[in-house]
Amino acid sequence: MQPPEQPDIHSELFLRSLMRRQLRLSIFCAAAFLLVLLGLPFVNYFWPDLMAERVFGFTLTWLILGIGFFPAVWLIAWFFIRRSIALEEAEVAEVQEGDKGAMSDSL
Amino acid sequence: MSVDPYVLSFSLLTVVATILMGFWAARKSKTAHDFYVAGRSVSVGWNASAISGEYLSAASFMGVAGMVMSSGYDALWYPVCYACGYLFLLLFIAGPLRRFGAYTIPDFAEGRYDSPVFRKIAVVFVLFIGFFYTMPQMKGAGTTLAYIFPGLPYWAGVVLVGAVITLNVALGGMKGITLVQAFQYWAKMFAISVPIFVLMTVYGHYGKQVELNGMLPSGDFVRNTVAQSSPVNSPDEVRLRKPPARKPDPELIQRYPSELGTKTAEGLDRDRFEQKSPSRTIGQPIQAPGLSLDRSGSSFTTIFYPKGVQKQFGPFTAVASLGPQGVTGSVSAAGISLPLSKTLAGEVWKSGRYKSSTRNVDQIKRASLPEKAPRDSTWLSPFGPLTTKAAKAAKLSLEASKPYSLLYTYSLIIALVCGTAGLPHILVRFYTNPDGVAAKRTTMWVMVLIGVFYMFPPVFGVLGRNLLPDLYAGVGAKGTDKIVLELPRLLNEKHAPLGSILSGITCAGAFAAFMSTFSGLLVSMTGALAHDVYGKMLRPKSTPDERMRAFKVCAVVVGGTAILLGMQVEPFQINFMVGQAFAIAAASYFPLLFMSAWWRGMTMKGAATGMLAGGLLALAGISLTSFTDLKWLPLDGFWIAHPLFRILCEQPAIWAVPLAIALMVLVSKLTKSEIPSDIRMKMLVLHAPEKLGLGSHGI
Repeated sequence: MQPPEQPDIHSELFLRSLMRRQLRLSIFCAAAFLLVLLGLPFVNYFWPDLMAERVFGFTLTWLILGIGFFPAVWLIAWFFIRRSIALEEAEVAEVQEGDKGAMSDSL
Repeated sequence: MSVDPYVLSFSLLTVVATILMGFWAARKSKTAHDFYVAGRSVSVGWNASAISGEYLSAASFMGVAGMVMSSGYDALWYPVCYACGYLFLLLFIAGPLRRFGAYTIPDFAEGRYDSPVFRKIAVVFVLFIGFFYTMPQMKGAGTTLAYIFPGLPYWAGVVLVGAVITLNVALGGMKGITLVQAFQYWAKMFAISVPIFVLMTVYGHYGKQVELNGMLPSGDFVRNTVAQSSPVNSPDEVRLRKPPARKPDPELIQRYPSELGTKTAEGLDRDRFEQKSPSRTIGQPIQAPGLSLDRSGSSFTTIFYPKGVQKQFGPFTAVASLGPQGVTGSVSAAGISLPLSKTLAGEVWKSGRYKSSTRNVDQIKRASLPEKAPRDSTWLSPFGPLTTKAAKAAKLSLEASKPYSLLYTYSLIIALVCGTAGLPHILVRFYTNPDGVAAKRTTMWVMVLIGVFYMFPPVFGVLGRNLLPDLYAGVGAKGTDKIVLELPRLLNEKHAPLGSILSGITCAGAFAAFMSTFSGLLVSMTGALAHDVYGKMLRPKSTPDERMRAFKVCAVVVGGTAILLGMQVEPFQINFMVGQAFAIAAASYFPLLFMSAWWRGMTMKGAATGMLAGGLLALAGISLTSFTDLKWLPLDGFWIAHPLFRILCEQPAIWAVPLAIALMVLVSKLTKSEIPSDIRMKMLVLHAPEKLGLGSHGI
């Protein structure tokens, strides 16, 4: 018999916590990304003068969209990948500990 | 114009290398498994290069530059969203799909909903979106060949390139393609970056080239006098903040260069030139300055801006400039200005010429813009020609058309970002990694690789606007879509064979672009046809040998159809067509994959309804506007009367994606009883780490 506090990978509880943790991470990263992506047209719309300021010959908005955007996205992706790999490892460790516990119990 | 030997040889080299690699790989890929997903054993580096190679299509290589040139700032959304769409794929779809362990989207659709019917629907959609996406590749092929062989008709290029690639895919399968595409990514990267660096060295760097638009060179210096005296060249609207522009002084114009210094000095410290947004009209529009030296016989009009020097001596400002009558100058203080004697002006001029602290107005080369080119102010700023087209056709004012423009921009962003996740030929690649961690690392590298690449094509567009504006007047294969190929040739003026060599390199890159993407699409579509239609529906009991043969026959069928379709699309811009394919994918596949992976309440009926309704309605909207543009439908009057409809039909993602998701939820709720009984197990497979060994490892 498995004690209730140890995760059973086929339980509803485990699946829910699994999905919730993954989704929370994804949504957090997506929100950061969408803020930048959808925010730029918004700023262009309401502060056209600011975005038309010249920086190194570009307009500010051109510089952001044509060049600055890519590194920002890499950063988000890098963060996500690091966290999601860590998350998976934690899940695996959790389950394996659970299995060991179950085995020693049955002995 | 005859065939340029450099251009021809570089292009030929690319094609031959591609084919040879295909054959070489063909000998190594023997089993059916190799053919479909390369045995799941492709390393992260190879796979990332190959995905990027496949992803950077003719649209990225040629289309983005062409569109930036023709539409300006708004077109920048394309490369940015092409690259960023990958992030969405990574965040929500790549992981679960990979863990689920199916070869193709139809496999996923069937596995997730236990429904062979749904598999059939999904297959049709793979083929459908795939064909949509092959058309712009074919346009790229036709355009490039028409450039290499002047006089060759567009359709002949399409047929030639299509046939070569089809053969290659039929013989090599996916293993060959992985190798070839990894190579082609680096070929493309080289071909887009090297010519750009050479061009920027000769003609001025990126920022400076952007600066030319809407800004006078050190504008405030030459502003009032020269500006108003030359109505010829640049029809650019430049606005003054304060004071309102003076009335042109006819006498001054007559005496023009000699009075330059005096007049400029008067206004020197009073106001600055600034590019204002179109909505804030302060002062009157004036014309940009320029003396035009028309070199007859060449297509260029070279503009030399007058050279001037400004020097500050305490409260006094001395100005000298060089005109046809020698050096003239003036000195001013507290708003009073006096002309300088020739000798003194000469001294100021000399002192300024050799000291870096003074302001030197450079000589800048910029060809004059033809009628069809958008003006600087609209080209450079957001909400330009691309997004305001519909509102402009309805004769709305600048102010009134801006909200429409914003709507268009948002809809475009949604289409491009969500559409990436729905591209069948990209998704299949996620299965070629050994495990989920590798698949995620691959995505990271793909984003870096394509992000770096996408910084370059817009530079071609900007340089093209300044240096080669003749293309604005061209249509079809002769329009701005070929700027990437044509622009490096300009270097022949100064450094004779270099221009041809670089143009040859970009042609080779273009070949790599449409060849790799077309191959990838062909593999994915042929896979759907051979694996799903033949292997699962028609002949489920066929032997592996028969399936291999089926793969080859299907490749020829799909390739032939793509060629026929590609011959019809010459009038459309490459990038625009890809955007439309993305919009359809965004409204069908993205909701399907996203909802299936994250919501356990989905039923097959819900998924199918949402996907079909979203995809087909998006298609209907796009077709209505495209057919009107092709003059197949007499709807012009309607669109002019209803610009909002026009935008919503041309860029349907903003309503089609939410609609598809809403329908999925609604129908799934109504058919609650049909949720697959083992849904918990399915969701577990989708989300539990692969190390736990739950994956149902496909076929």
